[in-house]
Amino acid sequence: MSVAVGDPGVIARHGRGAHRRRTPRVLAATSVIVAAALLVPVVFLLVDAGQVGEASIARLLFRGLTASLLWNTVRLAAVTTLLCAVIGTSAAWWIERTALPGRRAWAVLVILPAAVPDFVIAYGWLSAAPWLTGYWGAVLVMTLGLYPLVYLPVAASFRSADPGQEEVARSLGLRPATVFWRVTVRQARSALLGGCLLVSLALLAEYGAFEMLRYQTFTTEIFTEFQVGFNAPAACALSLVLVALGVIILGGEASLPDRGRTSRVGPMVARAGSRLSLGRATVPVLVALSLLVAMALGVPVGMITYWLVHGGVSTLPATTSLLSATLYTAGYSAAAAALAALLALPVALLAVRHRSRWSRVLERSTLLVQALPGVVVALALVYLGTNYLLPLYQTPPMLVVAYAVLFFPLALIAVRATVARAPVGLEEIARSLGKRPLRARLEVTLPLIAPGIAAAFCLVFMASVTELTATLILVPTGVQTLATQFWAFTSNVSYSAAAPYAAVMIALAVVPALLVGRWFSRNQSPSATLQP
Amino acid sequence: MQRRLRPLTASLALAASAALVSLVGCGGSNADPANTLVLYNGQHEQTANALIAAFEQKTGITVQVRSDDEDVLANQIVQEGANSPADLFYTENSPALAFLSSKGLLSSVTPSTLAEVPAQYDSPQGDWVGVSARVSVLVYNTNMLQASQLPTSITQLADPRWKGLIGIAPSETDFQPIVTSLDMSEGATATVHWLEALKTNAGDHTYPDNETLVAQVNSGAVAIGVINNYYWYRERAEIGASGMHSKIAFFAPRDPGYVVDVSGAAVLKSSHHQANAERFLAFLVSPQGQQIIANTDSFEYPLDPSIPAAGGQIPFASLQPNPISIAQLGTGATAVALLQQAQLI
Repeated sequence: MSVAVGDPGVIARHGRGAHRRRTPRVLAATSVIVAAALLVPVVFLLVDAGQVGEASIARLLFRGLTASLLWNTVRLAAVTTLLCAVIGTSAAWWIERTALPGRRAWAVLVILPAAVPDFVIAYGWLSAAPWLTGYWGAVLVMTLGLYPLVYLPVAASFRSADPGQEEVARSLGLRPATVFWRVTVRQARSALLGGCLLVSLALLAEYGAFEMLRYQTFTTEIFTEFQVGFNAPAACALSLVLVALGVIILGGEASLPDRGRTSRVGPMVARAGSRLSLGRATVPVLVALSLLVAMALGVPVGMITYWLVHGGVSTLPATTSLLSATLYTAGYSAAAAALAALLALPVALLAVRHRSRWSRVLERSTLLVQALPGVVVALALVYLGTNYLLPLYQTPPMLVVAYAVLFFPLALIAVRATVARAPVGLEEIARSLGKRPLRARLEVTLPLIAPGIAAAFCLVFMASVTELTATLILVPTGVQTLATQFWAFTSNVSYSAAAPYAAVMIALAVVPALLVGRWFSRNQSPSATLQP
Repeated sequence: MQRRLRPLTASLALAASAALVSLVGCGGSNADPANTLVLYNGQHEQTANALIAAFEQKTGITVQVRSDDEDVLANQIVQEGANSPADLFYTENSPALAFLSSKGLLSSVTPSTLAEVPAQYDSPQGDWVGVSARVSVLVYNTNMLQASQLPTSITQLADPRWKGLIGIAPSETDFQPIVTSLDMSEGATATVHWLEALKTNAGDHTYPDNETLVAQVNSGAVAIGVINNYYWYRERAEIGASGMHSKIAFFAPRDPGYVVDVSGAAVLKSSHHQANAERFLAFLVSPQGQQIIANTDSFEYPLDPSIPAAGGQIPFASLQPNPISIAQLGTGATAVALLQQAQLI
């Protein structure tokens, strides 16, 4: 039981209460289908890796380079995940829970770095500080690019959390710092751990930025196998090491003590908490946030501006209009974001509301795809598409499904965190009052978990906008997206011609970020200020 | 409750309609499939587009193009197998074509098309045709080095005096032909030693691609590197002659580091449009196609000896490279194994 204070019992049911309820068949079946679809790339890996002789796998795996690649991967994941957790949680708390000046603007600014292609962040930093390569360069660039993965679910969780618990804790005389650790962070625990999981898995699969920063990990090695050896089977065999690392990370997180659900209590409408005044801390917090935005957004945007202004005229003609590329990108990404959020819903409901060993394994298995390099997932879909779904191959629905598969983990973490906060009791009351189960779920639970769904949409949308590897492989032949055009120009050293495409990618991400921000501010009462 | 449902409903509707628009409204053209070719393109997109535009105008055949790195495309074609939507494959280097050739995925090219370019630049099996060529050169920063200080052989770059001065891009596909060439001239053991020395000399200056390498030499981050000729010309076209603080230089004639590498194209066996696809290959090597390559900003050598390359480069015929054959370059598997042994990749 994680709720420290105030528990009316009947309304907010926890832990064991959920076990007694039968798992609805539709929910279970949908979740199994979703999980199966997400495991396709892993199965493909196993099959393809089977084609490689043991000798050549051994030759690749058992050499000095492998040990240093493993060490590089592990030390980067550990430090970057920790930094992302600290930055993401602090920013979320300041923006969602305190009377910080300009909260709405900050809420948009801090998530935008998720929409900057890693390549641009890396290139921006390398131009500003050419010495910034290797380990610390990788830590810096990846932290700045990935902390939104922690921020978004944690912020959504703070938003839907019950302010009453903090208020009661304060009224009982606990100091603000104690309230923060004992109540606030604990309320966002599921979101925070989920975000950290996403960051560490994403680090396993990252390629573009590390290539720029000249930091070698297992994934850069896998790409090299593809690139210079045309050796897809060997690359797949090496990817199995990533799967193993992913399983270790997932298992490690799962072995942490289970705190159960922490749903809100008290009035059943979303009530905004009173905002804590930052007092004398206001200026340092504003400086910290400004620094964060300047580093994560300012440097790459400055780079793009520089390209636009100083790049001069590119000698290369464009192969598509900026508008057409923007529309295709927005359409595909929005569809993928909606699909991923929709698919995450049953899995999250099953994992939270019907806890069992198998629902936990099923849910965890859907996160594995995050640890796989994009090229591996895309080639698995190529195999699937050309062998079993030929009419769909290289059509828009296939690309949308590919994005939804690649970024499903982002959606799941965001949705799950808020499902964990929505009390089952409310839905049960609605049903006892005669609502049909599905209707009760749609009308009662859905609005409660809406912040999570919105965060999921936002995350998947931004990730899809900048996705390149799978896009190049699966986009309908002849169609150009912002990312493919950006790539076409940068691979020809035409940074000036590439810059507008990067600028529009960031601009596109402003739209969901603003929408999400507006939506929440609508549901919030004007902030009252409490003295700590 | 009702009030709060509205934004949710609205955004779900928005998302759903966005999904519909993208699913219904996007993708592909309405071209007649029988008269349409699909080209998987690993070459410079702009060069390919210029060639396609002229071909479409001349023949009335539509060509849809999918561009990606040649290695990804080659792996993709293998995965697609008999159901590949691709009719044609156009690459920057020969190993990608040799790889598909070794898998038996390419159709034989008509002898008259093969005859348009010197035989040594075509597939030894006759299943792809050479289209253009590039040559490996030294690039050096003119503020840091004089022409007289340059090595005459690539083997000299292993000398400790280049430590901290040289940059390399060993994972570039363009680097493999040099390794193969060195292996042919000096043998495997010497090549691995050379690679290891190169790795030590380069240290942190190991770059992901030749674009970065040429930019780093030009900016003075390193003094010297080995690239393919056209990267330097692309850099110059992009930043202007006034921004260039580097020059290119050739190794001594027939040095193992002096290598000509071929860009080529092929028709896939799985294509249902063999005749039209053949016409595209014939167009690539025709005087019109070769002239387009010479005119675009890719700065490669057309294989037609009568057409000079762009940018005022020395004529292709006067190059004196190490005479290694396309068959010797192969799929690059030996070079890759040596690079792995030296732990450069």
